[in-house]
Amino acid sequence: MTSLHEEEHPNKAFGWAARDSSGVLSPFNFSRRATGEKDVAFKVLYCGICHSDLHMVKNEWGSSVYPLVPGHEVVGEVTEVGNKVQNFKVGDRVGVGCMVGSCHSCDSCKDNLENYCSKMVLTYGAKNYDGTITYGGYSDTMVADEHFIVGIPDNLPLDAAAPLLCAGITVYSPLRYYGLDKPGLHIGVVGLGGLGHVAVKFAKAMGVKVTVISTSPNKKKEALENLGADSFLISRDQDQLQGANGTLDGIIDTVSAQHPVVPLLGLLKSNGKLVLVGLPEKPLELLAFPLLQGRKLVGGSMIGGIKETQEMIDFAAKHNLKPDIEVVAMEYVNTAMERLLKADVKYRFVIDIGKTLKATS
Amino acid sequence: MSTTVEEQKQQKAFGWAATDQSGTLSPFNFSRRENGDEDVTLKILYCGVCHSDLHVLKNEWGFTSYPVVPGHEIVGVATKVGKNVTNFKVGDRVGVGVLVGSCKTCECCQQDLENYCPQIIFTFNSYNPDGTKTYGGYSDMIVVDQRYVLRFPDNLPLDAGAPLLCAGITVYSSMKYYGMTEAGKHLGVAGLGGLGHVAVKIAKAFGLKVTVISSSPDKESEAINRLEADSFLLSSDPAKMKSAIGSMDYIIDTVSAAHPLLPLLSVLKVNGKLVTVGLPNKPLELPVFPLVFGRKLVGGSDVGGMKETQEMLDFCAKHNIAADIELIRMDEINTAMERLAKSDVRYRFVIDVGNSLSQ
Repeated sequence: MTSLHEEEHPNKAFGWAARDSSGVLSPFNFSRRATGEKDVAFKVLYCGICHSDLHMVKNEWGSSVYPLVPGHEVVGEVTEVGNKVQNFKVGDRVGVGCMVGSCHSCDSCKDNLENYCSKMVLTYGAKNYDGTITYGGYSDTMVADEHFIVGIPDNLPLDAAAPLLCAGITVYSPLRYYGLDKPGLHIGVVGLGGLGHVAVKFAKAMGVKVTVISTSPNKKKEALENLGADSFLISRDQDQLQGANGTLDGIIDTVSAQHPVVPLLGLLKSNGKLVLVGLPEKPLELLAFPLLQGRKLVGGSMIGGIKETQEMIDFAAKHNLKPDIEVVAMEYVNTAMERLLKADVKYRFVIDIGKTLKATS
Repeated sequence: MSTTVEEQKQQKAFGWAATDQSGTLSPFNFSRRENGDEDVTLKILYCGVCHSDLHVLKNEWGFTSYPVVPGHEIVGVATKVGKNVTNFKVGDRVGVGVLVGSCKTCECCQQDLENYCPQIIFTFNSYNPDGTKTYGGYSDMIVVDQRYVLRFPDNLPLDAGAPLLCAGITVYSSMKYYGMTEAGKHLGVAGLGGLGHVAVKIAKAFGLKVTVISSSPDKESEAINRLEADSFLLSSDPAKMKSAIGSMDYIIDTVSAAHPLLPLLSVLKVNGKLVTVGLPNKPLELPVFPLVFGRKLVGGSDVGGMKETQEMLDFCAKHNIAADIELIRMDEINTAMERLAKSDVRYRFVIDVGNSLSQ
């Protein structure tokens, strides 16, 4: 007996889905649309586990629709292209990130900022233009409009490339937009997880000096020795913070838990920029004096447009920049989620879809 | 108290000061240094009453040192210039704004950003390197290092031009730094007081479309008819705020009381900038979702450096921009402060020091 998910579209698909807000994932038969004239279909080989996946499977943002197939750091090999597709062919190494659709006509879309389009369609858990819900990359196949497909250069291993599609672009875009990408500048990276560790790598590749700011003293060795950060600050140590006051041109803050930002403002030089890429639920406390007295700013950023995502991937390939990953089997995903909740991963889980996702009858 | 620098000779000065947190001002005899080689002495003719004066008088920011003589929108005539002074001569129309000193050697000072120098000396309620206190423009004269003196353009009225020295530079500098000067773009000005009304005028001179955002419905007619703003948005009307969502490229927030930022952030387009120039003494709440989902920013700005302040004065002279003022006598200052606390002024009090300050 087939479910309505299997009959929704003409092509069979298989993946793992969460069925309710317990967030526990299990095998799930569903279907994907036929490859349209502008579509690229690919066999999924790897999919990164983003902390957003964890928020979504547990409905922490209140928007989840079940069954939910997460995954927006999806890479694989092209199996079919529509007859109007110009940039990709069968066999190409490709990826899809957080978006699979946008309106193409608003100011944001025209500026290559599909990520800020008010009608942007997320890769999973969102209503697509045909009214069906999108399913993400914890599955055997993906199909998406060519516009939202990025090519993965040959010298980037596919498994390590996967996290770039969300974590990578999320930190690359604000480094560029807020002008924190110039050699010789000095930035802070708050939080050393999936986003944070990639931020350190990108900044170093751009010639920027990096101080990692963390609540965990045990991350110091990693930060300095493995990731190449220039220095490390414990954010709960007032003396350390004081000593670093007025030293940073910018800060990329990847932390989603509630945390004080006024001390971070103190670390900035005049004209310094605090960029938030995490999503604390409640408002943060801001004082006017520190903001005004140094002409400082607090800005946000969310992933990036497709053009910039491709640019970021190409930059990573050129600089041999790879996220640090732990490859896991599909059946491990629930354990991985539990470990992710405790930040017990250096620094991104990537599911080996190609070898371990087995269809059930 | 200085031990390594010879104490400069002092000369008599007279002004009005507050001696405690009541903030009530009264006549006050004090002294200023003699005119040094780098100095310009001003006979003060007018001084604007800035809301910062009120904050400091009542110790609302917690760092007032009494007695305090406020006033940092000072205009007058040069009566003495030191032998190293090249840009000013006796008789020149001159002004002094928010700062009278800085270290002159740090990165900020070298970049003409003396206002961000960590060793900035404010025109009042600050300390000179020799340990003496600085006293502001509610007084008969002031002695200032030439670097911190502005030349007042001939066609700028001295009385209505005085508020430009704080209000004017505050909005001008913030607009230039944050790139809020592109003709045709849409700027919101939140708060229609001393800063806000000058922001409207300067923004119109840059060719921007301007919407005044205010919680007072009775400011609408003023905003549109007198200040020539393009539109008015009543921030206390949820339906009006909802219809304005995503409509503005930038907002200058001049409001000095604590207020929610979320409604203002919602009015911004993607990549929008909210620049705050007011200094509430309570924390603000910063919601993160609108910043992240719309790549928006909240930035601060604090007056401007000397070079930019001169540029602003010349810009205002060229565009015939001056403040809308209510001229008062020195002995009306306490009443003026009470009215200012209630925003009952269109839009800046200016003290007619030259004609009304007497012993």
